[in-house]
Amino acid sequence: MFTPSHFAAVLLFATFASVVFGITQRSAPKAMVRYGALCWVSFVGVVIAASWLMWLIKK
Amino acid sequence: MASKVQVPAKTQTSSHGFVYLALIVGWLVPGAGHLLTGRWVRALLLFLSISAMFWLGIAMQGKLYVPNTGDVLDILGFVGDLGNGLFYALGRLLGLGTIPVQTVTADYGAKFIVVAGLLNFISAVDAHNLRIGRKA
Repeated sequence: MFTPSHFAAVLLFATFASVVFGITQRSAPKAMVRYGALCWVSFVGVVIAASWLMWLIKK
Repeated sequence: MASKVQVPAKTQTSSHGFVYLALIVGWLVPGAGHLLTGRWVRALLLFLSISAMFWLGIAMQGKLYVPNTGDVLDILGFVGDLGNGLFYALGRLLGLGTIPVQTVTADYGAKFIVVAGLLNFISAVDAHNLRIGRKA
């Protein structure tokens, strides 16, 4: 059984989803890479921000 | 939100034969629709991403939803899972994803499988748009 940590699962999810979003939502290769990177940063960034927010609420 | 996909001013038909072939093939096998339109790099990346997401979900002991449980959420999960095309059929055939979700990891796995299916729907529609010339 594959048991990644929560953060590893986030990184995997963000990577795979960003590749698909980049390819399907843009036409030019350069724009695909840029949009994919933006999606990846957004996925991971929102998770980190939400984690800190939950930590602050708990505190 | 407005999409930034560049749409040609005049739609040109670049398909030969059955117009929905890329859509159907792309749904059955992730990336195959793009391969049909000659975009093999995109096809390879889509295949690797979607299939990795599906099989990692299975490896995490994620659940494969079935349609006949009567639970609305299960039916929605089944619709998402169905997007995986032949992978879903293969998983059911091999008896995978039948263990009830009891751990957090298995829950992540079930979500990975559903999202892989939804991403494959997007990918198949993109392949169809490429085939009919709606997208460059």
